[in-house]
Amino acid sequence: MPEPRTLTGWGRTSPTAARVADAPATGDAAAAVEAFVAAAGERGVLARGLGRSYGDAAQNSGGDVLDMTTLDRIVDIDLQRHEAVVEAGVDLDRIMRAVVPLGLWPMVTPGTRYVTVGGAIGSDVHGKNHHRDGTFGAHVRSIEMVTPALGRLVLTPESHPDEFWATTGGMGLTGIVHRATIELMPIETSAIRVDGWRTDDLDQTMSLMAERDHEYRYSVAWIDCLARGASLGRSIVEFGEHARRDELPPGKRSASRALRFNPRDHMPAPPWVPSGLLNRFTVAAFNELWYRKARRRREGHLVAAPAYFHPLDMVDGWNRIYGARGFLQYQFVLPDGEEAVLRRIIEELVEQRAASFLAVLKRFGPSNPGPLSFPSPGWTLALDLPVSFGSLADLLDRTDEQVVEAGGRIYLAKDSRLRPDLLEAMYPQLGRWREVRDRMDPQHVMSSDLMRRLPALSGPLAGAGASTPRRRGTP
Amino acid sequence: MRDALGAVQSVLVLGGTSEIGLAIAERLAGRRAATVVLAGRDPESLRASAEELRAAGAGRVEVIDFDAQDPARHRDTLTEAARVAGGDLDVVVVAFGLLGDQTVDESGGDGAVRVATTNYVGAVSAGLAAADHLRRQGHGAIVALSSVAGERVRRANFIYGSSKAGMDGFFQGLGDSLVGSGVSVLIVRPGFVRTRMTEGMSAAPFATTAAAVAEATVRGLRAGREVVWVPGLLRVVFAVFRHLPRPVWRRIPS
Repeated sequence: MPEPRTLTGWGRTSPTAARVADAPATGDAAAAVEAFVAAAGERGVLARGLGRSYGDAAQNSGGDVLDMTTLDRIVDIDLQRHEAVVEAGVDLDRIMRAVVPLGLWPMVTPGTRYVTVGGAIGSDVHGKNHHRDGTFGAHVRSIEMVTPALGRLVLTPESHPDEFWATTGGMGLTGIVHRATIELMPIETSAIRVDGWRTDDLDQTMSLMAERDHEYRYSVAWIDCLARGASLGRSIVEFGEHARRDELPPGKRSASRALRFNPRDHMPAPPWVPSGLLNRFTVAAFNELWYRKARRRREGHLVAAPAYFHPLDMVDGWNRIYGARGFLQYQFVLPDGEEAVLRRIIEELVEQRAASFLAVLKRFGPSNPGPLSFPSPGWTLALDLPVSFGSLADLLDRTDEQVVEAGGRIYLAKDSRLRPDLLEAMYPQLGRWREVRDRMDPQHVMSSDLMRRLPALSGPLAGAGASTPRRRGTP
Repeated sequence: MRDALGAVQSVLVLGGTSEIGLAIAERLAGRRAATVVLAGRDPESLRASAEELRAAGAGRVEVIDFDAQDPARHRDTLTEAARVAGGDLDVVVVAFGLLGDQTVDESGGDGAVRVATTNYVGAVSAGLAAADHLRRQGHGAIVALSSVAGERVRRANFIYGSSKAGMDGFFQGLGDSLVGSGVSVLIVRPGFVRTRMTEGMSAAPFATTAAAVAEATVRGLRAGREVVWVPGLLRVVFAVFRHLPRPVWRRIPS
């Protein structure tokens, strides 16, 4: 039995202790996971990948946590069917290094390559192509998992739609995924052809995205959150496509050059970085420079895929730049037609000088059947907020309300502080999800700090004064 | 489960009629209507305290029996508190304490022993019980209401002062023993606080209020501090006091 150690999410807030065991790298993974789940104590079990969710989704205080990153085998790559069979602890970085030279690319990548496939399924992550391709889960062809009540399952969207979609976006609470088959897309090069625009304000940003999104596979806007007044919402909007071979400069078109993929990351963020480094003034100066540097319109420039998709991966442990107290990310989606609310929220956060580096704005396409899958059609905004900001708690509680009233929701993989009473209103299918989960895990053996903090994930809230969940069977 | 910005879901106050304990519970529980469990001896006053808390915006408020001078039952108290709270205990406030009457207690009777057993022995026993419970949860915070009186014990109140010195030292060590367990200990060292306990006494310099102590405690919890002084200036004052020669120190009036 391993000694407890403290775990946090990527935001480095709320450390709690759990007994962490490694999934065995060799032998029968499914049997080992099954034994782990069967040995669960009173506070349950949870799988953890690379800890990239920002809040407490991959923590299980006082309980057991299975570190899945040792399950890191790429089992098979099928060039005809454009798919890869991988163990759940494999991260997208490894998959890309393996499949890009073969002319393939994961259908969906979030803002970091350092997420495991298991984590990507549990959070049903999305990328810059959501408006066209949907979420990560929408391109998972099968899931192999262990559930507390139903034992080993092989799920496809066709064979077990309920269980499949409860697991996709289910925050790890339906069981432990140990293997998955994911769809890949064919690419000719590892470069992205980017059309970038600099916009003057929020209206311009939003109308540009609404009008041009459908022409491109990838689309995102980086909002300068320190621009106020008339410049509120000024952004760099980036549209992207996988570059074709004939778009590369002559001389770089050979197969090996065109599909080269060897990002060199790991420039470490120094551990002594003071939390004051990112203050309003340094961030303002940076943003001003970055915004001025961009040309009003720049079409067709080629960018290496890692720089386009995962710019922050270049700095190892970049989450440390926010200092010891950590930070949180607030990400929400609002339906089309609620642009006025979006503007009001951005205005408030800017007015209160919540000093986010940059905010990321994106349009989502249609949602998928996952009851807890975050993306739904409309606008999503994500921003980083350092925890030291004084009145942040009340500000975000008010923002939650505006999001709910507008028919929007927040993203559980980013959350570390949602008002617990609002979860059910944000996810109207939560009850449906609980029913399926209660078939897969009626005793709530799968548990996490996220579930303890948001008791509606356990069962319907009994009026005001929410209590923390307890597993059935304990007094 | 405490969230990233310090909102909690449950608070246990050991010494559930303590004004400072209640002020802390009120501040912690108010924002998100958290559950509060008040533990103490007198059901009548506990019920009154519970009413106050409900009016102040706490969610559910429960009352359980607890006696600082009955250490054998302290572990059961923690279990019982978690049961009525319906889950984890996010914050345990060790708020009980007796001031005693120095002049009377010095000259005999069982007053001095009651102060010592309540403030020190009771705190050791309840502190260990709380630490054990929170350690098994893998998270939580213990707030220990100490006093500047224990920072350097004075002639004028050395029975109370020495009991607080002992309990303060105990919680420092307990905090160190809990590093890496997900559990933290916050020691709160107020100066003279105007409460029922000090009613009729003339206020010492830097006197403060229960509300101010609560505010400083909540900020300390959020910031992950190990010790807070209320008011903060007392930290500096006592840095000087600590080094005064005994002949000078013993003449400091009450």
